[in-house]
Amino acid sequence: MFKVRVIPCLDVKDGRVVKGVNFVNLRDAGDPVEAAIAYDAAGADELTFLDITASHENRDTIYDVVRRTAEACFMPLTVGGGVLTVDDISKLLTCGADKVSINTAAVARRAFVKEAAEKFGDQCIVVAIDAKQVSQARARWEIFTHGGRKPTGIDAVEYAKEVVALGAGEILLTSMDRDGTRAGYDIALTRAIADAVTVPVIASGGVGNLDHLVAGIRDGHATAVLAASIFHFGEHSVREAKAYMAKAGLPMRLDP
Amino acid sequence: MSVAIVDYGSGNLHSAAKAFERAARDAGLNEPIVVTSDPNEVARADRVVLPGVGAFADCRQGLDNIAGMIDALENVVRKKGRPFFGICVGMQLMAERGREYQVTPGLGWIAGEVDRIAPSDPGLKIPHMGWNTLNMLKPHPLLADIPLGPDGLHAYFVHSYELKTAQRSDLVAQADYGGPLTAIVGRDNMVGTQFHPEKSQRLGLKLIANFLKWMP
Repeated sequence: MFKVRVIPCLDVKDGRVVKGVNFVNLRDAGDPVEAAIAYDAAGADELTFLDITASHENRDTIYDVVRRTAEACFMPLTVGGGVLTVDDISKLLTCGADKVSINTAAVARRAFVKEAAEKFGDQCIVVAIDAKQVSQARARWEIFTHGGRKPTGIDAVEYAKEVVALGAGEILLTSMDRDGTRAGYDIALTRAIADAVTVPVIASGGVGNLDHLVAGIRDGHATAVLAASIFHFGEHSVREAKAYMAKAGLPMRLDP
Repeated sequence: MSVAIVDYGSGNLHSAAKAFERAARDAGLNEPIVVTSDPNEVARADRVVLPGVGAFADCRQGLDNIAGMIDALENVVRKKGRPFFGICVGMQLMAERGREYQVTPGLGWIAGEVDRIAPSDPGLKIPHMGWNTLNMLKPHPLLADIPLGPDGLHAYFVHSYELKTAQRSDLVAQADYGGPLTAIVGRDNMVGTQFHPEKSQRLGLKLIANFLKWMP
């Protein structure tokens, strides 16, 4: 039976986990590879690294992190953040990433999605969409870039359909209204996009408890849920989250 | 003894190589794992692994672009009968032809063709991306000591096309995704998985270890 996925996401800056991870007795809480190994052992279905390295000189640190992770973890790995060219994708895949997520570069130039999908196959091209609600009266969301600060005027649902037609194999959908609030996913947004596209949608942004994960799948129609802080700070383990979701009736992979 | 992982410009060889090294180590085997684009090295290998990521036609083109590679594969797999393991598109290439975007000839080792998956439930997403259980159709040495079926271990899939075998006897295992999907094919000394054993944690490492010990 096909299962829904739980995906922890680690923000990585200059090769280190931002703010650290304190859910297990890691020797080095700032090492993304150690965190990855711990998540692998905890039954994570995939892992996502979001590289937020600002300086150009330190961009190469992510390649080393990906390479070392792929040597230690035999689970799917997605890497995003600062992916601007076909060459960036090629390097990440060569280092051991399975999927690469494209964000701003796709907003700036849609053809990039097509070029990437044609070269590497649509199964490894994830388009990350950061959306914010712009009209309360009728549900409408727009794409925002630069960490949610810059509006683009682009309708999120239309954009999602467009990038899927161009070859995106998956959508990583983050609600910028909910991100960091712990108020739960924006279910209306998640459902609007999940119902509009034929590819899997990962819900992201706003998880504060385990019910939010259940709602992302059951009500938001996502096929995977991504979360960061509830896992990193030891509130809940991935295993606990999956057991909870299974109890709520969702098909989960509970391999020992 | 050597295991050749064929490098023909198709994706994630680092992960595959690391998974084979790890599985070999865990199983107490010390067969060297070599990633190679040299047809001579492939022809000499004791075991051959053909990974593959991307579109069928691109992967076929990648093999064709290396002078002598198809001949080397035919020689080592079909004539010498060395154990062969195709992964994802590497497995699909075993078919007679692929129908992804265009009709492209495969290696023709398994009767059948590669076509788009069409789940009966239109709500199911394509690609079939994520973890699924396996239903065994016939026993195979690669599946030894792996718990299968609805309560068994899971395998990681990412694909929009599947190998539809012409002969049911070539089907080793299926997954269910709005209907049965080909998960493992096997014939003589050849085996192929649609899923990624190198990304399938316990099931994957065990299956790779079984391949490394397989004496067809």
